[in-house]
Amino acid sequence: MFKIVKREEMSEGNVILNEIEAPKIAAKARPGQFVILKANEDGERIPLTMADTDPQKGTITVIYMVVGKSTALFKTLQIGGGYQDVIGPLGKATHIEKVGTVVCVGGGTGIAVLHPITRALKEVGNHVISIVGARSKDLLILEDQMKAASNELRICTDDGSYGHHGFVTEVLKEILEAGKVDQAVAIGPVPMMKFVSLITKEYNVPTMVSLNPIMVDGTGMCGGCRVTIGGQTKFACVDGPEFDGHQVDYDELMTRLQAYCEDEKKCYNEFCMLEE
Amino acid sequence: MAKEATKKVKKEKIPRGAMPEQEPEVRARNFMEVPLGYTQEMAVREAQRCLQCKNPRCVDGCPVGVDIPGFISLIKEEKFTEAIRHIWQKNSLPAVCGRVCPQEIQCEGRCIVGKKDEPVAIGNLERFAADWERENGTGALPPTAEPTGKKVAVVGSGPSGLTVAGDLIVKGHDVTVLEAFHKSGGVLVYGIPEFRLPKAIVAQEVNFLERLGVKVECNAVVGRTVSLDELFDEGYDAIYIGVGAGLPRFMNIPGENLIGILSANEYLTRANLMKAYLFPEVDTPIPHGKNVVVLGAGNVAMDSARTAMRLGADKVRIVYRRSRQEMPARTAEIHHAEQEGIEFFLLTNPTRYLGDDKGRLRGMECLKMELGEPDESGRRRPVAIESSEFELDCDLCIVAVGSGANPLLTESTPDLKLSKWGYIEADLETGKTFKKGVWAGGDIVTGAATVILAMGAARKAADSIHEYLMRGW
Ligand SMILES: Cc1cc2nc3c(=O)[nH]c(=O)nc-3n(C[C@H](O)[C@H](O)[C@H](O)COP(=O)(O)OP(=O)(O)OC[C@H]3O[C@@H](n4cnc5c(N)ncnc54)[C@H](O)[C@@H]3O)c2cc1C
Ligand SMILES: Cc1cc2nc3c(=O)[nH]c(=O)nc-3n(C[C@H](O)[C@H](O)[C@H](O)COP(=O)(O)OP(=O)(O)OC[C@H]3O[C@@H](n4cnc5c(N)ncnc54)[C@H](O)[C@@H]3O)c2cc1C
Ligand code: SF4
Ligand code: SF4
Ligand code: FES
Repeated sequence: MFKIVKREEMSEGNVILNEIEAPKIAAKARPGQFVILKANEDGERIPLTMADTDPQKGTITVIYMVVGKSTALFKTLQIGGGYQDVIGPLGKATHIEKVGTVVCVGGGTGIAVLHPITRALKEVGNHVISIVGARSKDLLILEDQMKAASNELRICTDDGSYGHHGFVTEVLKEILEAGKVDQAVAIGPVPMMKFVSLITKEYNVPTMVSLNPIMVDGTGMCGGCRVTIGGQTKFACVDGPEFDGHQVDYDELMTRLQAYCEDEKKCYNEFCMLEE
Repeated sequence: MAKEATKKVKKEKIPRGAMPEQEPEVRARNFMEVPLGYTQEMAVREAQRCLQCKNPRCVDGCPVGVDIPGFISLIKEEKFTEAIRHIWQKNSLPAVCGRVCPQEIQCEGRCIVGKKDEPVAIGNLERFAADWERENGTGALPPTAEPTGKKVAVVGSGPSGLTVAGDLIVKGHDVTVLEAFHKSGGVLVYGIPEFRLPKAIVAQEVNFLERLGVKVECNAVVGRTVSLDELFDEGYDAIYIGVGAGLPRFMNIPGENLIGILSANEYLTRANLMKAYLFPEVDTPIPHGKNVVVLGAGNVAMDSARTAMRLGADKVRIVYRRSRQEMPARTAEIHHAEQEGIEFFLLTNPTRYLGDDKGRLRGMECLKMELGEPDESGRRRPVAIESSEFELDCDLCIVAVGSGANPLLTESTPDLKLSKWGYIEADLETGKTFKKGVWAGGDIVTGAATVILAMGAARKAADSIHEYLMRGW
C-alpha cells in the first residue's frame, strides 16, 4: 500500500490534498509529470498530476477535485490509510527553459498542476507573472504557494469576491497589451485553456497547455487518451500531457471527456447513497 | 463423446472426444469459461487415440517440443501427476497453452491421425493434465538449485517473462519481475477474456512462481519508474525484456476519435483487467454498444466481438478486408464466435467513420474488396472495388487490426538496437540483445505472435542467461 502521510481539505472540501509515500516515484518525478492511482482492488485507475515531490522524504503530493465516484472514494482515504496502487512518474516532463517573461495561467485544480511548473520557470531565471482564477474567494487554492513561486500574482474570481472580478482571460489580455511576453502556460478547465490559447495566438505568444483526457494505462498501450494536435492524433499519456496550445482540438477533447458521463453519474449516485 | 458406437469399435476408430461446452445461447451472455474440460474417462479415452508414433510429427509442430506421445501415454495409464510433470519439462504454462495455442497449425496440425480422421486432441489433453494437477495435485514445488547469488530482473510479466522467471529461479538465481500494470500476467490477464482463460488460472501460475521465490513487483514502469541502467546500478546482473507488443494500431481514417471507437487493447483491458463488465460494482466503465462492429479477424478481434456480445449487444459484426481463408484467428475461436451469433462481413474495409451531432459514432462507410495478387505476407492482397461504397450502422467500433512495438522502454534505452518497426533486435537462438547483460524475447522481438512462441523464446533466453551468469557474456 502507498500510505497517505498528510491530508488537507481545501476549497470547501471539494479539493483534497494527499501527500503519499512513494519513494521511487518521488526520486524520479519532474514538474509536469503525473501518476495513476487506484484506491482498492475494484478501483478505477485515475491520473493525477503531481503538485509536489519530496525526494528526501520519499513522498509525492497530489491535489484533486472531487468530481465523480473515484475521486469521492479517494476523499474517504485518511492518513495512515492509502492507495493500493500508485504508478509513475508518467508523461513527459515540462520543458523548462529561460526565455524571458512567462505568463502562467491557472484555473481550478489546474493551479495545483501549474504550481511546480511556475516554480521551476522562476528558478531558471524567468520573470513569471501568474494569473489564477476561481469561482469565488473560498474556492481559490494555493494562493500563498503561487505567490512565492511567481514574481507577480494576479487573482480573478467569477463573482468578484476577491481580486479582479471576471475571467483570467481579461487579465491576460491586459498583460499582453502592457509588454512583451515570451511564453505562456495555461492549465485548468478545457474551456479556459481554449480561450487562453485563442488570445495568446493573437499576440503570437507560444503557449503550453496540459491536457487531461480519459486514460486507462498511462503507458501508450490503449489509445484511450488520444487527442488531436495540429490535425494529428497523439496519445496524451506518452506524447504529452503537455502540448502546444495553439494546435489542440479543444472541442474534440471536451466531447471525448463526456464518453462515460451517463454511466459515471449512476456509479457516483450509488456511491453517495451508500456513504449517507 | 456422445456418439457411443453401437457395434464394437476398433481401437483406432474412437472418434475425437469433443469437449463439453456451455450452450451457445447461454454462454453468449455470461463471462464463464466456454469449454468445460474433459472428465478423467474422456481424457483416458482420447489418450487411447494416440498411435504413440516412433517418429512423432506432432512434436515437430510444437514450438517448445513437448513430448506429446510421452505425456499422452501417461494419461492413458491414468498417471496424471506424472503426465503433468512430463509436460512441465518443456512447458511451464500448460493450463494456458492447452487453452490458447493454435493447435490446428501446430501440434495437432501435424498429428498423423489427422491425415484420415480428426487429429488427437493434444491441446485438450494438455489442459486436462494441468487442470487435474491444479485440482487434485499435491502442489509440491520442484527442487531448486543452491542460491547462486546472482540477481536477474525480468521486465514484463507476460508468458515470456513468467517463463524466464520460472526457469531461472529453479537454477538458483534471485529473480524479480517488474510489471507496469497493477496485476501480473500480461496479455493473459488484460487481453484474453475470462471466458477463454479464467484469471484464477493465471493467478495460480504467478502464485506458483512466487512460492518458488520469484519476487513480483507491480506498478513498475521500466523506462519511467526505473531505467535499465538504473537496474544494473541496483545490482542486477542480467535483465530480460519481455514487454510484449503493446501499441494499438488504428485505421487512420477520418472520424477515428469519435466517442464509441476504441482500440481492442482499451476495450479488453477495461473488460478483463479492470473487470468493467461488473460495473457499477467495480468503478471502471465500459461502453455497451447495441450495434457493434469489430475491425479485424484475429484472436483479438474474436475476443472483442464475443465480449461485446456478452455485454449485451443486439448485433455484433466482424468486418474484415480479406476472405474467410485468411482470417488469422484460431479455428476454435471463429467457430465459437459464429455459434454465439457473431456475423462476418468479409471483403469489406471501412473508409471513414460517421458521427452524430454529439460526437458519437453512428456508423461507418465501407468499401467492398476483392482479392488480388499475393502480398509480402503470402496472402492475396485485398483490392477495393470501385464505387462499392455502402454505409454500415454501428454505435460501437472496436479496432483490432494489429499492434506494434510500444516505444516507452526502448526510447529510454538508446543503446538497444531496434528494427525499423521498433522491435528489439535479439539473437533468435539466445535472445541476446546488442546491450551487454540484456536479453529480450516474445512479442517485443517478433511482433505480435503467440503465447507458446513467446515462451519458447523465453526458454532459450533463460538458458543463455544462466550460461552468462555462470560463465560470462
Ligand atoms: C494527466 C492528467 C492529470 C490530471 N491531473 C489532475 C489533478 O492534478 N487534479 C485533478 O483534480 N484532476 C486531475 N485530472 C483529472 C482527473 O483524472 C479526473 O477528474 C478524474 O479521473 C475523475 O474521476 P471520477 O471517477 O471522480 O469522476 P468521473 O465520474 O469519472 O467523472 C466525473 C466528471 O469528470 C469528467 N472526467 C472524467 N475523466 C476525466 C478526466 N480524466 N479529466 C477531466 N475530467 C474527467 C467526466 O466527464 C465527468 O463529467 C487529471 C487528468 C489527467 C489525464
Ligand atoms: C486479445 C488477445 C488474444 C490473444 N489470443 C491468443 C491465443 O488464443 N493464442 C495465442 O497463442 N496467443 C494469443 N495472443 C497473443 C499472445 O497473447 C501474445 O503473443 C503473448 O502474450 C506475448 O507474450 P509476451 O510475454 O511477449 O508479452 P505480453 O503478454 O504482452 O506481456 C508483456 C507484459 O509486459 C508489461 N510491460 C510492457 N511494458 C512494460 C514496461 N515498460 N515496464 C514493465 N512492464 C511492461 C505489460 O504490461 C505486460 O504485462 C492473443 C493476444 C491478445 C492481445
Ligand atoms: S504447447 Fe501448444 S503446440 Fe505444444 S503441445 Fe501444447 S498445445 Fe500443442
Ligand atoms: S502424431 Fe498424433 S498419433 Fe502420433 S504421437 Fe503425435 S499425437 Fe500421437
Ligand atoms: S492512457 Fe492508454 S494510451 Fe494513454
